[in-house]
Amino acid sequence: MAAAVELEGVNVTFGDFVAVKEANLTIEPGEFFSFLGPSGCGKTTLLRTISGFIEPTRGAVRIGGQDMKGIGPNKRPTALIFQNLALFPMMTVAENIGYGLRVRGVPRHERDEKVKNLLIQVALTEHGHKRVSELSGGQKQRVAIARALAVEPSVLLLDEPLSALDLKLRQHMRTELRAIQKRVGITFIYITHDQGEALTMSDRIAVMNAGVIEQVGDGRAVYAEPRTPFVASFVGENNAIRGRISALEGDIATLETPLGTLKGRNPVGLAAGEEALLFVRPEAMQLRANGSTVGFEGETLDVAYEGSVTHVTLRAKTGQKITASIGANAGVGLPSAGENLRIGFQPADGLLLARPERH
Amino acid sequence: MKAGALQRVMFAVYAVVFFLYLLGPLAVMGVSAFNTPQYPQVWPIEGFTLDWFGLLLADQDMMAGLRMSIWIGFLVVAISVPIGLAGAIVMTQIQARVRSAYYLIVVSPVLTPGIIIGISTVVFWRQFTGQTGTRFLYDGVVLTVLGQASFISAYCMLIILARLQRFDRAQEEAALDLGASYPQVFRHILLPFLKPALASAAVLAFLSSFENYNTTTFSILSDKTLTTVLAGRVRQGTTPAISALAVIIVAVTIVGALAYELYKRRADAAAARRQRAALEEEEAELSGTPAAALA
Amino acid sequence: MSGGLAFVFGLPLAVAIGFYLLAAYERRAGIATGPGFFQRNGLGVGTYLVVAVGFWAFFIILLPQLAMVDMSFRPKLPPAQMGGPKDLYTLENYRYFLFGSTTSTAEWNWLHIKAFFLTIGVSIAITLLNFAISYPLAFHMAQSATPARLRVLLLLLILPYWVNEILRAFAFRVLLSSGGIINQMLMGIGLTSEPIDFLGADVGLYMGLSYAYLLMMIFPLYNAIESLDKNQVEAARDLGAPWWHIHAFIVMPHAKPGIASGCTLVFMLTAGALAAPLVLGGPRTLWFTPIVYDRFYQAFNWPQGAAYAFILLVTCIVFVLVVLKAFRLSLGEITR
Repeated sequence: MAAAVELEGVNVTFGDFVAVKEANLTIEPGEFFSFLGPSGCGKTTLLRTISGFIEPTRGAVRIGGQDMKGIGPNKRPTALIFQNLALFPMMTVAENIGYGLRVRGVPRHERDEKVKNLLIQVALTEHGHKRVSELSGGQKQRVAIARALAVEPSVLLLDEPLSALDLKLRQHMRTELRAIQKRVGITFIYITHDQGEALTMSDRIAVMNAGVIEQVGDGRAVYAEPRTPFVASFVGENNAIRGRISALEGDIATLETPLGTLKGRNPVGLAAGEEALLFVRPEAMQLRANGSTVGFEGETLDVAYEGSVTHVTLRAKTGQKITASIGANAGVGLPSAGENLRIGFQPADGLLLARPERH
Repeated sequence: MKAGALQRVMFAVYAVVFFLYLLGPLAVMGVSAFNTPQYPQVWPIEGFTLDWFGLLLADQDMMAGLRMSIWIGFLVVAISVPIGLAGAIVMTQIQARVRSAYYLIVVSPVLTPGIIIGISTVVFWRQFTGQTGTRFLYDGVVLTVLGQASFISAYCMLIILARLQRFDRAQEEAALDLGASYPQVFRHILLPFLKPALASAAVLAFLSSFENYNTTTFSILSDKTLTTVLAGRVRQGTTPAISALAVIIVAVTIVGALAYELYKRRADAAAARRQRAALEEEEAELSGTPAAALA
Repeated sequence: MSGGLAFVFGLPLAVAIGFYLLAAYERRAGIATGPGFFQRNGLGVGTYLVVAVGFWAFFIILLPQLAMVDMSFRPKLPPAQMGGPKDLYTLENYRYFLFGSTTSTAEWNWLHIKAFFLTIGVSIAITLLNFAISYPLAFHMAQSATPARLRVLLLLLILPYWVNEILRAFAFRVLLSSGGIINQMLMGIGLTSEPIDFLGADVGLYMGLSYAYLLMMIFPLYNAIESLDKNQVEAARDLGAPWWHIHAFIVMPHAKPGIASGCTLVFMLTAGALAAPLVLGGPRTLWFTPIVYDRFYQAFNWPQGAAYAFILLVTCIVFVLVVLKAFRLSLGEITR
């Protein structure tokens, strides 16, 4: 079976500005795939390239194995859900949903039947005759989804469709989107800058930065096994400590840092003498650690109690701030501000990555 | 606070004088339409009469002019609204480097005195029809429609352009993405979006055409519209029948404006009510209490 | 004369070719991307756009103006001789405006020159007067009126303008005539024993002209002032700025495009007004547009009429340019 979407060496440039650089990617049929990155990282450009509004400057986009070169957005088997939804205000809910079928010349009765089914699917049975402006935010969202699904696309593209909703509704819609995707079984490509959204909904995530896809993997992989410093610091909270590798033993490397000698895993195979960044998650940090861990001294700056976890901010002797998150059941006494203490972590919880070159 | 009070009094006096100036002449004319003397007179009121309205309706020239004005008005709407629409769309698509030149040309009729437009229209079309053997086009109605269309199309374009600039490009992209062709996007999305602007443009075009005199007096040639007949009547002498005409026009517009206002208020209120209902329903859904349980 | 026809059809064709070349160049240079014009609009809609705009720009706007200018430089000839050997370009019509008929003894054509300058001067005065009258109301409507009151004010303002220009002028005639209500009142309170001839003294004309285009001043002003943040005025007031200071340094600079727009419109409409002078002018009234009118329908001298119309057009263009320059604005800013 052909891949749902395949990107091969896709580059998009606007004048001198490189929006997407050498994107290579295969998205499988039925996958819920997310592009995660800060605004301006090129994820929306990539989405518009897949949907056909932008032609790649170089490279090929294939959908269902077919090269999309020269095929306009209205001829592609994709459907896009816009950030502002772009529902048609002059049409009723039912007309909105049936629009794709109408322009395809589907006969009226067939169209009505299909729209009715879709209205049931998105729980808007009673609202078909209404104008879009008479709907609430969540209802509009569901109309947009139904409108896109009506044309039976092989790929559904979603451009941060939840960003306009309030928090409660957003979380509700995450579950709903995932459920719809499972039910219809087509490929979803989801664009977001919200890692929570990406992690909870996706089968796989591509993390993008400055036009480059930095890492592709499932949620656990990009969180626990980041391959670049950007991924390590963008996905979840992280402490980064600079240093130089002094010794290697198995997959654990020793690192000389201004805070002292520390250790961490070396999955990318850095050699002794190389500059490196050591990433340690706040939840991997242990307070008042004993000799079994590596660690350093610091002064407690701030203790923020948040119920299930407490965030402790420390200042190391170099002035660098380090965050530790302590679970409520950790059985550790919380420090008070101003207290000096030792903070440590298991070498297996430290992660060494190459330091990005300075520009 | 004394200065503030003084200012308010001054403003009130000013406003009263202003509206007296604005509405006074019309009121005077209005009263004279119902007064009996031959010459339009307000005071003394010598008697109430509707004769002047009867006289007006019996005035064959005036009635023929009225029919002509309405006919020309419709033709101008039929030409100016499509031209204004095209002008506005082209404005959004034309190459940036020639946009200001284009704008200058199509907006210039708004800033050109009406008589110059009338004169130039007659001069050009007399030569053009003469040389191309299309003399039948050298006709008062045709020339008036063309002359009025020059600036009325510009009005229409400016109205439509104002709305077009608020058009969300995502709407167009959404339709394309759903499989619509470009002409379908134009018919299904852009035109309905512009409908309110097209309607206002049409109303404005008709009214501008109906009351135009400066351009029409040249371009109408030997035909007569209501305004040109009226101008002749007024120059010959004043009769209260002319006042009666003004009364009718004002009455028709007030009724029209009020009906529109009433309709709009009702529609707005209904839309607001339905939107509120939708929000309440969602609130109920999210908090887990079915709306039905509350009812 | 067939040269004229070649021009009439050649100009639009040349411009069309120019656009085609420009589009081709921009595409090759990478300035233009995405679908081309006809691909973007479809063949049907694309053709409609080109034909409608082309017809409008050339056959309704540009070519008639050029034909008028062309005619103004030609002699008055019987139709048979048009295009003949006598049909040469000449400045005769403009000379006539300045010096009058070659058979006249007067050195200058004082009647026309005076009418012209009087028209310009009075139009400027009326423009300024209308600005002064309209500004306070426009400010009130834009900044302090409640929505309900605003609706009423707008209706009251628009109401007189549904009535056409001739009837508006006629109302002043009724009002100011020797037996009109104003004279009756003046005589009633004993200010005058004889009716005052307002119309003969052109008071009626000037009032009628000012009245006729008041709305064209109020609306641009209102729109411009309305977009000013109310807090700015409040803040200035809090800081203790006197009222004239607020208007001169905060409101008016912000409303510049509206002021310029209102002024150009009122000037153009006043200087080009034909209805009010015909209805309210007396036999001795000096106004330029009736003179232009008479060139056509009294003197039957079309080339001369065209020349006079062109003089008026140039005056209006100069006025617009001066206003734009003085206010440092572009044309786009005042025609919204």
